[in-house]
Amino acid sequence: MIESSIPEGGEPATLSPVVSLSGVSVAYGSNVVLTDVTLDFFPGRITALLGANGAGKSTLIKALSGANPRYSGDIAVDGAVLHLSSPVLAKAHGISTVHQKVADGIVPGLSIAENVVLDDLANASRHPLRNTKQSFLDARAALATLGLDWPDSLLAQDAARLSISDAQLLVLARALRGTPRLLILDEPTSALTAAEADRLFDVLRALRDTGLSIVYVSHRFGEIEALADRVVVLRDGLVQHSSERPFAWHEILHEMLGRATELEQTRVDVRRGQGVVARVNGVPLLPAAAPLDLEVLTGEVLGILGLIGAGKSELAELLAGLARPASGSLELDGEPYAPKRPSDALRRGVVLVPEDRQRQALLPGWSVAHNISVPFLKISSALGTLRTSRETSRAREVIDSLGVVTSGPNASIDDLSGGNQQKVVVGRWLSASPRLALLDEPFRGVDISARREIGDRLKELVATGDAGAVVLSSDVDEILEVADRIIVLVAGVVELDAYADETDRASIVGAFLGARTRDQRSTHDEGHPK
Amino acid sequence: MTSAPVASKTASAGPTRPTGPTRPSTSLAERGAAFIVRWGFIGVTVALIAFFVITEPNFRTVDNVFGMLKFIAPTAIAGLGVMLAITVGGIDLSVGASAGFAVSIAAWTMVIGNQVGVVAIGVVLLGGLLIGGLNAFLIVVARIPDLLATLATSFVIVGLKLLIVDGKSISSQMSLSDGSTAPGKFTADYLWLDRGSLGPIPVPVIIFIVITALLWFILERTRWGRALYAVGANAEAARLAGIRVQLYRTVAYMGCGLLASIAGLLLGARIGQGDVSAGNSLLLDAVAVALVGVSVLGIGRPNAWGTALGAILIAVMVTGFTMVGLPYYAQDFGKGIVLLIALLFSFTFSRRRTVVTAGSTTAS
Repeated sequence: MIESSIPEGGEPATLSPVVSLSGVSVAYGSNVVLTDVTLDFFPGRITALLGANGAGKSTLIKALSGANPRYSGDIAVDGAVLHLSSPVLAKAHGISTVHQKVADGIVPGLSIAENVVLDDLANASRHPLRNTKQSFLDARAALATLGLDWPDSLLAQDAARLSISDAQLLVLARALRGTPRLLILDEPTSALTAAEADRLFDVLRALRDTGLSIVYVSHRFGEIEALADRVVVLRDGLVQHSSERPFAWHEILHEMLGRATELEQTRVDVRRGQGVVARVNGVPLLPAAAPLDLEVLTGEVLGILGLIGAGKSELAELLAGLARPASGSLELDGEPYAPKRPSDALRRGVVLVPEDRQRQALLPGWSVAHNISVPFLKISSALGTLRTSRETSRAREVIDSLGVVTSGPNASIDDLSGGNQQKVVVGRWLSASPRLALLDEPFRGVDISARREIGDRLKELVATGDAGAVVLSSDVDEILEVADRIIVLVAGVVELDAYADETDRASIVGAFLGARTRDQRSTHDEGHPK
Repeated sequence: MTSAPVASKTASAGPTRPTGPTRPSTSLAERGAAFIVRWGFIGVTVALIAFFVITEPNFRTVDNVFGMLKFIAPTAIAGLGVMLAITVGGIDLSVGASAGFAVSIAAWTMVIGNQVGVVAIGVVLLGGLLIGGLNAFLIVVARIPDLLATLATSFVIVGLKLLIVDGKSISSQMSLSDGSTAPGKFTADYLWLDRGSLGPIPVPVIIFIVITALLWFILERTRWGRALYAVGANAEAARLAGIRVQLYRTVAYMGCGLLASIAGLLLGARIGQGDVSAGNSLLLDAVAVALVGVSVLGIGRPNAWGTALGAILIAVMVTGFTMVGLPYYAQDFGKGIVLLIALLFSFTFSRRRTVVTAGSTTAS
């Protein structure tokens, strides 16, 4: 896209982009996570990068910052195509990145000054001797670009003692050393208070006016509204949308949250739940959030929609015994329910399909049957001795009911595709005939047909009327496809609670937007939610 | 269906199921590699045995076979302990110290405390459990990395042992610092642990085989063993599956402490006195044996028979080396090479090569 506008308060933007991506793709194995991204970044502009979980934002940033050299396509800096093979090389070409976890960027034990000039340590051939005096001078110069004047006595202190917002400024000062052309900020405000965020925004606006190009990743629409010149939306590894001010938030959200055109099927089979299986009484999901009240019914699939930080995983963890409520209480089948650990939840019939399949669910190198039987070792054995036939028959049941593509129960789980691994994990938990099944992002990295099969299995489960199922997701279409009742969760608060045939995409997206205006307000006023 | 190659391990294991998708073909090289990973170690052991059997007449006697097994029993049992720690994803570097502690404490209980061997055995086993419990506490509750925690406890255990025995090796009827003679001696029931036999089979060999078989059964056939493996394979997944991860890790370290003290009992009975330097060389051998056990048979995870086999390989090597007249220090070189090869098998050659596998295109 060609930029012709002149940024406010700065000198006229040159028409040549600082950094151009053309046809950039990234694949991990057979899994394509970024597809043919073509984007230009112009000087003096702030580009907000938006996308739900797994949309490809981090992948794009990694390619741009040199952290993942295994991309295809071209990245050009000032018109010259380069291969960004390392972070050092990217920085040498003026691409500087501040990663989301500030703590990872601080080396405890080194002084603040040394932390500011850390890149010089990495470049030891140019600076063979560490000159304390020089590093103090360099650090002060770097901090001065942010308008900070920290005295030497402070600079000499251990950087681990800095508050999170000051640490954020430190890594920003470091990133700005060597006058970068493109600055990438990955959710820089996620740990900041409203006042601290405002301070950062002032700094960023000043930097923009000096001609720096900034890429700003955030989930907070209010911040983007206040700061960005352009919004780029990624979903499923593709650039879905790119627009200039004034932003059409409705459209942006539609693009971000799901494939509006692909789906639009009318649901005719929306079930109404019967009895209450679980109840959340006044439990705040997030530290600063209002207490939440929620009822999960049997006989229906409840879909809970929310972006990162909405409190989805927190809700799942509460019910599955991974976390305890800060206040308030839980009920299951009308009785008090306070699971101390996952085994307590299991005993009460509450199962969780966790968000991260590889890290939280799979046992690498184990067979399909053994992966499935892990939670059921007791009922798979007699007098403590495992019965292979019981494990195998359970595995066959799962394989048949979900259509898992595998050579059999003895196949290694590692040899299955991601979608089939996910079917195994879902099938494992549903094979227990649970009372309440919680599925946290069950469709991530799963193809359409696997999604259908998992969805059908869920409907089958609740159709008995004895079980409730909760699907937590950040994708509107997934939820529209699988859920009978839909809840939109924003910052730990229910913004919408309706049955699928009583609502539509527009209302659902509207529920997100209702939260946006509140978020925006709080960015400017006090009381910005953390 | 894609025809991408599957990892070599699977290709050689398990029958093809007629209902499943067609098994992707594997290249000759991959099948060869799988074969070597699976049978390489056994092959080396058999070749070594064959070599010594042919060249050394003394090697092929029944006495020598039991002698070798008896010689290696303490190492093997301590190695089985280390194997338990590895099973839950940890390691225990205190087995050498624990075994040495057992040697001295058994001697002290009998000689200074004037107790019979059975009492000494009870004290030692209890001590082993306590040491394992201490390790588990430091690792599970205090969250010290296993390597560092057990390194520290091994110093503490050695130091405690030396304090208890005044830094001296304890022998029967030794003279004490006040000029008197120690009241007790190594009793026959304790020495039976080394010198006794059931039929032609020496007691240490029986203990070695029984423990190996028992651990094999527990790990491979019972739900508790499966849970131990699950903790080692993916602790987070195990926790979410309702397995009490901390409990199983504690049990594994206590088991390790117990096995190390059994190793010490056998060692002490063999030496016949409370040698303060006993157990010093045990640690490296035990860890090596457990690591060799991971790669034997290409199983790729710690297992009891593999550990026993690793111990036997080392026994064969050490005995053979001695018989052909190599100096004793050649043994360490040999052990080192064996361990190195085992590690190459575990980490380098058996690594699954492919990510893309059968069924990656979902059929529907």
